[in-house]
Parts: sequence; C-alpha cells; structure tokens
Amino acid sequence: MIRQYRCRIRAWARRGVLLGAIMLVIAWASVSQAAPAIRIGLGMALTGGLAPNGKAALLAMEIWRDEVNQKGGLIGRPVELVYYDDQTKPAAVPGIYSKLLDVDNVDFVISGYGSNLIAPAMPIVIERQRVFMGLFGLANNEKFNYPYYFQIMPGGPSPAQEFSRAFFALATQQNPKLRTVALVGADAEYPHTALAGARENLKKLGFEVVYDSTYPPTTVDYTPIVRSIKATNPDIVFVASYPPDSVGLVLAAHEVGLRPKLFGGGMVGLQFAQFQTKLGAKLNGIVNYDFWVPEPTLDFPGINAFLKKYQAQAEKAGVDPLGHYLPPWAYAMMQVLGQAIEATKSTDQKTVGDYIHANAFDTIVGKVKFGANGEWEKARMLLVQYQHIKDNDLSQFAGPGKRVVLLPEEWKSGTLIYPYAEALK
Amino acid sequence: MFSFELLLNAVTAGLLLGGFYAAVSLGISVTFGLLEVANIAHPVFIIAGAYGAYALNTALALDPILAGLLLTPIFYGLGVVIYRIYYVSFEQRGEQSLRGLVFFFGLMFIVEVSLLLVYGVDYRMIETSYIGSSVLIGPIGISLRLFVPFVVGLILTLAVYLFLAKTFYGKAIMGVSQDSLALRLMGADPVQIKTIAFGLGIGTASLAGALLLVIAPVEPSIGREYIGRVFAITVLGGMGSIGGTLVAALILGVAESLTATFSGPSWALAVSFGLLLLALAVRPAGLFGR
Amino acid sequence: MKRCVPAVLALSIIGLGLLLTGMVENRYFYFATYVILQYIVLATAWNILGGYTGYVNFGTPAFFALGAYMATFLMLACHAPLPVLVLAGGLISGLLGLGLGYLTLRLKGVFFSIATLALTVVLQTVMINWEFVGGAKGLSIIRPATVLFFSSYVKFLFAVMLCLAVASVTIAWWIEHSWIGRGLAAIRDNEEAAECMAVPTLKLKILATTVSGALMGMAGAPFPLHVTLIEPTSAFNLDYAVNSLAMPMIGGTTTWLGPLVGAILLGTAQQTATVTISSALNLLIVGVVLVAFVILAPEGLVGLVRRLVQRERA
Repeated sequence: MIRQYRCRIRAWARRGVLLGAIMLVIAWASVSQAAPAIRIGLGMALTGGLAPNGKAALLAMEIWRDEVNQKGGLIGRPVELVYYDDQTKPAAVPGIYSKLLDVDNVDFVISGYGSNLIAPAMPIVIERQRVFMGLFGLANNEKFNYPYYFQIMPGGPSPAQEFSRAFFALATQQNPKLRTVALVGADAEYPHTALAGARENLKKLGFEVVYDSTYPPTTVDYTPIVRSIKATNPDIVFVASYPPDSVGLVLAAHEVGLRPKLFGGGMVGLQFAQFQTKLGAKLNGIVNYDFWVPEPTLDFPGINAFLKKYQAQAEKAGVDPLGHYLPPWAYAMMQVLGQAIEATKSTDQKTVGDYIHANAFDTIVGKVKFGANGEWEKARMLLVQYQHIKDNDLSQFAGPGKRVVLLPEEWKSGTLIYPYAEALK
Repeated sequence: MFSFELLLNAVTAGLLLGGFYAAVSLGISVTFGLLEVANIAHPVFIIAGAYGAYALNTALALDPILAGLLLTPIFYGLGVVIYRIYYVSFEQRGEQSLRGLVFFFGLMFIVEVSLLLVYGVDYRMIETSYIGSSVLIGPIGISLRLFVPFVVGLILTLAVYLFLAKTFYGKAIMGVSQDSLALRLMGADPVQIKTIAFGLGIGTASLAGALLLVIAPVEPSIGREYIGRVFAITVLGGMGSIGGTLVAALILGVAESLTATFSGPSWALAVSFGLLLLALAVRPAGLFGR
Repeated sequence: MKRCVPAVLALSIIGLGLLLTGMVENRYFYFATYVILQYIVLATAWNILGGYTGYVNFGTPAFFALGAYMATFLMLACHAPLPVLVLAGGLISGLLGLGLGYLTLRLKGVFFSIATLALTVVLQTVMINWEFVGGAKGLSIIRPATVLFFSSYVKFLFAVMLCLAVASVTIAWWIEHSWIGRGLAAIRDNEEAAECMAVPTLKLKILATTVSGALMGMAGAPFPLHVTLIEPTSAFNLDYAVNSLAMPMIGGTTTWLGPLVGAILLGTAQQTATVTISSALNLLIVGVVLVAFVILAPEGLVGLVRRLVQRERA
C-alpha cells in the first residue's frame, strides 16, 4: 500500500516539476519578448474651469500615443499614459504627482494645463530631478530656474510681455499716431499677468493709459464696464480675458458701440469653435493673440493630418470640434519628448533633459528650440485679425482667410484692416 | 470719470440686470422664502433649464425663451418629485433643515455631473436676433440681450405674485407658510400645498435658465456662482415677499452696475454682499419681510 | 485615571505619527493623509459651532483662507517658521470668529448662514485685490529645503497637521463633556429657553465661534506650503464649505467622534477617487454618498451604530 502511494507521489512530483519548468520557460520567454511600457504620467484638468482645453489636450496626447504605438513604440517599448483628473484644483496636484512618482513609478512626468496647475508640481519634480514638460503656463520656472523644465507655449524669454508686445508694436505703426490705451481684464491668474506685461510694454512706448481696471470673473453683464471704457474714448483697447468674459465683452462692445482704432489683445476663448460660430461676424476686426491658425504660412508638415485625426474624434470625446488652440501644442510637446527618448535611446532623466536643451525639434507646430530657463529661445506668438467672417458657419474657420496673421513678419499672411470699424462693414 | 450720461446708463443697465436676477431668485423666494426649504440646488436647476433651452434651440431652432417656457411643466414635475423625497426623508421625521441642506448639496452635485456627462465641459451659447443689438432712447443705450430677459423676468415675477395672491392654491401656499396648522383645520392638506409650491419654485428654473443662456454662455459649474446671489436677494428682500425679492434684485443689480462703472468692477460683488451684511445687521427680516 | 485616558491617547497617536515619519518614505502617503487630517480639523471645528450649538456656518472657506493668507503674509514679511504661522492663522481667524459671535446676537438660523456666505464673498474680494499676497494672480511659495528633526518638509507638514487634528478632536471631546458642551446643547435645542434658564448664551456662542474659527484658521495656515501656491479661487473653494458640512453630517453631529469618522471616511473616499476613477464621476459619487447618507443615516454613522447597539441590548 505504502509503496503504491510512494509511486503515485513520485509520479505527481515528476509531473509537477515538468509543469513548473514549462511555466518558467513561458514566463521567461514572455518577459523577454514583451518590453515593459514607457509610462508617462500627468494630472490634467478633465473637470472644472479649464476642462474644455484640458480634455482637448488629453485627446491630442492620446492620438500621439496611439500613433507611436502603431509604429512600434519608443525604443521598442509601448507607450502608456497614466493620467488623473486634477479638477482644475491646485490643491489636488501635489497628491497626484507624488502618487505618479512614488506609487505608480512612471518613467516621465508632464504637466497639466495652466500656470496654477503646473506650479504645485514643480517642487515635487525638482526634488526628484525629473524632466518636466510644461503645457501652457506663464513663468512657472522663474523662481526655480530648474534646468529640466520645458514649456511648449511659444512665449519666448518673457512670456508675460509677449501677449501684448506685438499688439502694441502694431499700434505704433499706425498713422496718425495713436495716443490712449484702455486696459481691462479678469481678476484671475493669466489676465493679471498679461496686463502686468502690457503695462511694462506701454512704459517704453509712451502711450497714455486712460482706463485700467479688472472685473470679477463671475460678472454677468459687461455693458457697464464697456460703457465706462467708451467714456474715456481710448484709441486702443487691450483686453486680457477668459472664454466667458471674452464673449461677454465682444457682445457688450457691439451693443454699446465701442469702436476704438485697435481692439483685442489677449482674449482667450475666441479661438474656440463654439464661440467663433455663435459670434460670427461680430468677431471681425478684432486683433487677438493666437498660437496657430490654418493659414498657408503655417502649414507645417503633419499639422493637417493631426487635425483630421483629432476632428474625427472630437465630437465623441466632447471637446472643441476644430482643435486649433491647445491640441496641436499638446501633441507637439509629446513629439519633443518622444524624439528625445528615441534619439538618446534612454529613459534617464539627465540624458533626455540635456538632449532637449541642446537640440531643435521638428514638430507639427514647426521647429521647437528651448532657451535657458525652459521657455522658447525665440518667441513665436502670433498676432491675428479676424476678417471677412460672414455668418455662423463653422467650416469657414477650418481653412485660411478668416484669421490672418499680421505679426511676426516671418509668418505674415495678410494685411491689417484698419481702423477696427472698417472691418465691421 | 463721472458724467450724468454714464450714471443714467449705469442705473439702467443695473435695473435690467436686476430684472434677470429677480427671475433667477424667484424660485428661491418661493421654496426658501415661503417654505423655508434651503434648496441650494436651485441654481443648478437653472443651468439645467439653460441646457434644455440650448438643446431645443439647437434641435428645433426654437427661440430660447419659448423653449424655457415649454420646459416649465417638466421642471414643475421634477420639483414635485424632489419635494416628495425631501418630505419623506426629512420633514416628516421632524429633522432640522440642516440635513436638508446636505441633501440639496448632494443633489446639486448629481445634477451638475449629469449635465457634464451629457453635454461635456465646453461652454454653450446661442445666437438670436436680439443678441448683440441695442436701442437708443436719448442718452440711454439699452441692449436687447439684457432688455428681453428683464421684461420676461418682470412678467414672470408678476405672474407668480398674482398666482400667490389671487388663486386658491396660491393663497393656500401663502397660508401654509404662515400657519400650517390653521390650514389643516381649514381642510387643505399642507403637504400637497407645499408640494405644489416647491414644484412652482423649480418650475421657474427653466425659464430663468433660458434667460441666462440669452445673456451669457453657460457651462455646468457656473450655477455655483449664483448660490450666494439668489439667497442674498431673497433674504434682503424679505422672506416670503415676492415683491421684496424683485426690489432686492433691482437694488443689487444697480449696486453692481454702479460699482463696475465708477469705482472698479473688482469690488462689485463685495459691494453687493456688503450691502446684504449691512441690511442683515440693521434689519434681519429684510426689506419687506414679515 | 479616566481623565488621563484622552491625554495619553492623544500623545500616543502623535508619537505614532512621528515614528511613521521616520519609517515611511512614500511622499504620496504624506500628501494624501495631510488632506484627510486637514479635514478632520475642519470638520471638528465646524461641528463645535454647527453640531453642538446649532449655528450652520457656510463660511468655512473664509476662516480657512484667512489663515492661509495670514501665513503667506508672515512668510513674505518676515520668513516666520511654520509653528508661528499656525498660531498667527489661529489668532486672526479666531478674531474673525469673535466678530461672528457678536453677529449671532442679531441673526439666527438661516440668516446667520447667509451672513457667513456674504462674509466669504467679501473676504475673497479683499484677497483678490491685495497684491502683496498675490492678489488674483496668486503667488508661488517655495517650501524650505531643510527642517529640524524631519528628513523632508512634507513630513513636517504632516506632523504639524497631525498635532492639529489630535488637538482639535481633544478640544471637541473636552468641550462636549464639560459644562460648555451642555450649555451649547441647550442653545441648540432651544435658545430662548436656555436664556430663561440663565445659560450665558452670548458668552458660550462667542466661545464656540472663536474656537471654531481659530481651529479653521490653524488648519489653513500650512495650506500655502502644502500646495506651494496661494491663490483666491483654490483657497476659498466651495469644497471646504461643503465638506466641513457633510463630514459631520455623515459621521454624526452630536459627538466629537462624528466629524472624525466622517472626515476619515469621506476624505479617504475622495482621495481614493481622485487617483482611481478620476473623472466627472468623482463628483457624482460625492453627491450620491451625501444624499444616501443623509436620507438613510440621519444621525450619521455614530447615530446608526448607537441605534444598532441599543437594539442588540434590548
């Protein structure tokens, strides 16, 4: 009896060892064949005030990730995006980035959208000496001078002033000479920074500031504000605003009959398809900042293919249907990181970081080269004018002709219709 | 930078804005002023009304205000259902209205997220023939985008006031807010009356939402900006007084407008709420409160 | 002996926390638990006025942000260390609470709540226009690189907030079991009757508002160092008002245990949801949890447990 048992046990033991050996071989084979993914972590505004841009940016990044993976990944490894919703709350950012770095152990981190969502992450990434790609923040590296921070917004060495520099430069080119300026903006981070930059620019140019006030972002009716601006009879009106107030100010300007010689400046939101279609011809004549517009001078390789892909998915994802504002830059930011990883064949932070500093990159938004503190070496913000917008048809904005580039000269695609009232006819 | 013309225009703009604020606060005036139910979620229902108007405007090219009017019965029904839940869970048990507060906060989040999930995070705005144009009466410019909501707001306030003052159910609602025991003795069921009142309050939300959509772009979370304003207006005007709500709304609108025009828009909101604090300190019952 | 138990418990929890800072290196742990501890302080502080006394305070953000901005001001003006910032935050918010206490003379019930709401808006507008502490633009704060006794500043923040949480719960426990707590309960049940019974209602209310405000201010003081950014929208966020109301509701408003339980549960749920579900559904869950709890467990978890225990005994 016992001998039978011993035989059976030995038989089972032999089978067990064989099975174990087979499993070991399979495991070893699978591990050596499937390379571990390169994980890129970020927090992004998927809900809250900045969500419209945040979600669009995430879609662009996902498009990049899918394209890269289709071509076999980066240095042979698939790319994975690990993201959490920061709800447009700066208080959530430290927790998210410490989780990404300490718990999820991602290979690279990139930022969320907006200066106030990037700022809380800076100390954490600096402590761990990580490469940090920044998506549209103003002067986040000013206090730190951290060498591995890179900002994809083409603001150049002094982004705060860049928002208004070209606008006022255009003003000085006009004849007869313009004298008075009205400054107005929302009580929020970007508008305050842009207005401070505008004041700096104005000091050197000798214009007289006849109105300089800010309003709460929760303002419902902008007519009183626009009326008091009109009462000062300014030649130039510079606005730094966020989407709802940009719309409110444009509508109020039309209703009150505000007709300065030059109107616009740093109005965020006029680039969104929803507002462009609804405001329609009311946008004509406004001279605004922009980063990329579908003009023939900005037809970089790859941009149209990307936009096609994005626009095909935009409606389902519930984001801006045209995607001209933030998505190309989110995609370009990933291109820079991806190209650096491929070129250095490494995921070491210092290697990749040094490479990004030392080289220029070809992206769908053109050539990207970073300067000393992580901003663009040379600014490339555009000054555009809305022209010849006829009705409320969306398709007219998909192509050239409605937002012509006035400055910089390098990218100019049309001429200024001056003064502002001329363009409204 | 003062001129008489600027002053006139500022006051006019403030009055127009006040009419809109009255429409927005009307629901709270009924549900909170009369029934003392602290419905924090009312502003989010207004946003839901705005989205409803947007949907009808996009799908059927309906004028938003007409759309808001058409949606009123649905919102009334919604109000009835919500009050039923509220009553069974809280008032019946004799709980403090404190717990009702948390209930409505939760409800606010649920509705806000539902809107987010359906419509996404983007701003929505509409375009009509009267948005963007204005009329000139002497030195005073009146933008139609604000004038139309002002008129509709006034009509709505008047309609609710007449309903409460003249109709049977309206008078019963006023009765139940004053003395519900006496009402029961008169043979009316206070719970049914309160249900109707609450439904009325939420019912105004769809039209108020349509007015909001006419004035400015909407997105799901902007309801939170109105919580303070609507309660402030109701309390300032006096609990239970529809006329008081209208007057308080006009006062607040004019205060905001004057501050924005003359001393810097930054302080507009603080001035309004400062006024409220002052009013509460001096006369807690509000302007026309009982 | 029984009197010593809470003191011993409090000290041992702090001791445990300090030990933990020596062992755990994972920074996510410190950031996440910091937020939960902060909510323990806020919920407990709110409950002293709201649950014990019956005055619903909508203005938690005002006291919290005031503490944060006071800390920012002192950091910029004289580089004060964190303990000083915490005390200063508590002092100024306590003063605001004192003012609020006198307001309760004129305003009862929901009028008081509306006044606290108005107070928040006015204070937020003031901060938006105060350029020295950043104004509307906000100000980026740099955490000190080194700190005594701790290997990183984040651990120090955690330890400070742990002490605050323990202190606030101890204060709440002490108030509840003292004559102050009995007086506050009398005010909550029927203020006029309490007056007639010679309960010093004004003194007690002022005590409640001051202590509540001071604790909230102390919770707010380390906030700029936690986020390394101070700006009005996030400092005055509606979240603080809702959570400091909801957490005691969920846990139970009549005891010191309720806010603690509520803060740990809801706070942990929110922190977990941020890094798991992480989308608009987050807010949905909060909403559903609030509605469910408030309907099904009106006396909070503590009340629910108490009822179950009583039923078992009976």
